[in-house]
Amino acid sequence: MSVSTAEGALVGHDEKYRTCLDTGLKVYAKTETLIKVNAVAAVLFLAVGGLFGVLVALTRWPGVHLLPADLFYLVLTAHGAAVLLFWIIFFEVAILYFASSILLNCRLATPHFAWLGFLLMVGGSLLATVAVLQGESSVMFTSYVPMQAAPHFYLGLILFAVGALLACCVFFGTLVIAKEEQTYEGSVPLVTFGAITAAIIAVFTIASGAIILIPTFLWSIGYIAEIDTVTYKLVWWGMGHSSQQINVSAHVAVWYCIAALVLGAKPLSEKVSRTAFLLYILFLQLACAHHMLVEPGISSEWKVFNTSYALYLAVLGSLIHGMSIPGAVEAAQRRRGFTKGIFGWLRQAPWGNPAFSGFALSVVLFGFLGGISGVVLGTEQINILMHNTLYVPGHFHATVVAGTTLAFMAISYLVVPLIFQRDLVFKTIAKWQPYVFAIGVGGTSLFMMGAGTLGISRRHWDITFSDASLTFDVPGTAFLMLGLNGIFGLLAGVGGLMYILVIVGSILFGKRRDAEAVKANPIVAGGEAVSTYGSEGTLKLPGTITLVAVFFTAFVLYYFINWKFLSEVWPLS
Amino acid sequence: MSDQAPPSAPSEPTKSAAGKDPSERVPAMQRLLDNPFLLLFLGVTMPTVFYIIWGIMELAQIPIAPQ
Amino acid sequence: MAITPPENKLWWKEPLHRMEIIWITIAFLWGLVMFSTMIYWHITGEQNLSNEAYRITPDAFAEKTEEMAEAYTVREEGDTGIPVVRPPPGSDVYLIARLWEWWPILELEKDQSYRLHLSSLDWQHGFSLQPTNINLQVHPNYEMVVTLTPNETGEFGIVCNEFCGIGHHQMLGKIYVVE
Repeated sequence: MSVSTAEGALVGHDEKYRTCLDTGLKVYAKTETLIKVNAVAAVLFLAVGGLFGVLVALTRWPGVHLLPADLFYLVLTAHGAAVLLFWIIFFEVAILYFASSILLNCRLATPHFAWLGFLLMVGGSLLATVAVLQGESSVMFTSYVPMQAAPHFYLGLILFAVGALLACCVFFGTLVIAKEEQTYEGSVPLVTFGAITAAIIAVFTIASGAIILIPTFLWSIGYIAEIDTVTYKLVWWGMGHSSQQINVSAHVAVWYCIAALVLGAKPLSEKVSRTAFLLYILFLQLACAHHMLVEPGISSEWKVFNTSYALYLAVLGSLIHGMSIPGAVEAAQRRRGFTKGIFGWLRQAPWGNPAFSGFALSVVLFGFLGGISGVVLGTEQINILMHNTLYVPGHFHATVVAGTTLAFMAISYLVVPLIFQRDLVFKTIAKWQPYVFAIGVGGTSLFMMGAGTLGISRRHWDITFSDASLTFDVPGTAFLMLGLNGIFGLLAGVGGLMYILVIVGSILFGKRRDAEAVKANPIVAGGEAVSTYGSEGTLKLPGTITLVAVFFTAFVLYYFINWKFLSEVWPLS
Repeated sequence: MSDQAPPSAPSEPTKSAAGKDPSERVPAMQRLLDNPFLLLFLGVTMPTVFYIIWGIMELAQIPIAPQ
Repeated sequence: MAITPPENKLWWKEPLHRMEIIWITIAFLWGLVMFSTMIYWHITGEQNLSNEAYRITPDAFAEKTEEMAEAYTVREEGDTGIPVVRPPPGSDVYLIARLWEWWPILELEKDQSYRLHLSSLDWQHGFSLQPTNINLQVHPNYEMVVTLTPNETGEFGIVCNEFCGIGHHQMLGKIYVVE
């Protein structure tokens, strides 16, 4: 996707495109512009939201305790909205357009609606951000009723959701056009299938958001008298948790995409990988129930069925990806001749390429920290130990930041040369960025989970309770944990800053990528030699088997340790 | 089960027509996975029925507190 | 590659790698184990929620709590004016969550069971009993009932762990457990 060559070619419609010198794919001009604007909006929100995140970590560090209480709650609300919603969904829209229009060699359906969607998302996200910064809407990301935010906070979120829904429609429309105009043969690529999974979950997410936020908006301006609090939580989490399931599907698709582009890796089995995505489509969203496990009046039958994604079938999907992604990388590396020992293929991997290192760290941190903690946290009874403690943000920083955000950062190092057609600047900073960010985020996740295990509450300004009329002493270890969380939060902030520096610097000042640059510095691995079907059947993958075995052992041990913790708590019935 | 099994599908990955080989029916599961709108229907119905509707029914059954 | 359509157009008919079959089987069985463990704990475990709950107005809940406090107050907590209530073992115990306190303070006996009723008079709050670490969500208009059996003596804090406005971090309650 570099260097304009064939401009102005016709495909029945008057659509301009260029042929990418790196991949040979058609890049339609309108798609390219939409990918660029959505990616830029995403990165800007990451910069702002990341800064808020550092302020939160510094306030929770008892030795620093940076912000006063009101500002802390304001900044925490803004942090959640800016990164959990805006950064990620803008980037996901860019991924949807890439996975449909570019990977399928097809013009984008109704670019006008795509632009309308983008403008609604920009307007909505700015409106909600302004509402929070004005100080009347420090209601946290969850905005549980009957605590009330300013009406334009809800309105902003609704506009943003409508814009995102339009983007999903454009995505599905593009799939239809590609099929009708036969721009590809057979089935869609696996990465596109992952994007379809993300878009399907997005539709349910946005529908839930609309069902609950529209009445809440009407309530905030006085048209509705009351909103039932448990119903609000039930439907709100249909949006709040599912939006993170969009992330999982999208970043798994991104993992496959990076492995394919950088190493020429081919999925071990299309059947297995697509079935794993099907399990996501069917079952992943049931886990919104993770937030409803200690609510009044919901039966344990509902809780057990939903919180377990119906017999853990969506976890089965993740465990399948957890084998097939490292497996695809190992198979690709072995075919290139890196066959020494069990882990020779891993040692010889391109660790200096930030797209690869970011991808690999994202897979490991998401699996070990985010995945295992998520299943444990979502176990009906164990949730009694962890609900609303810092364990919860610890868990989702491992999934959404170390998993999704790091994966999106990693693919940015490919998007800049391929879509923006610029070479990276500050190559040394780029090389180290994924490591700095991963260590920072891995640390914050781990120490928040540690503090949560000690019972420290999330969204809490003062663990010393200095203003309270009663006293309570939290364990001394918790102070250490929160201090370490602050230090690693700073490190993650530095990693985020390095990312912004490299990406914005490259877009603005990077050398234009021309045919010579493509030859001298190829981005895409020569896929031809390693993509012949059947070759992986003859390969043994001892490295992947070892990694999977280590992961599974950690999972089983940690799972049962938490049942042990639970058994020591006061009997409850 | 051998891990050296050759690919069983006889259809060659030809670059010609759009894969409409009349001698070989596309398996039902593959047709499901190739149909994004059927998947969309399933993916929205499942959580709507099991999570939202069942959940709201649970909440609707909560009795009034005895005096 | 994952970014191009599958080369084999009938990819569903491709055989599985043996490693894949083994791993999928293990992962599926592990899911069944985790699913069954929750059910098993409902039968044999001691830490389960009854999910008993009622709809109630804040006024009605406040009235029940005040009735209990009037009957069983044993002293006041220091100079805070908050009553310390010692209800008889096995009885219904009420705890109010409101901006920004847990009311009243409870004194319970070790190894005795109590039916603890929780509700909020205003916004949502989080009942977080520390350091034993029991965390429950408290809603207005809903009364949640859990049977609690303290198995250690001492002074326990009730932290609010659901954000409830600017005084959230001052919202602290207490349970004494005595022999």
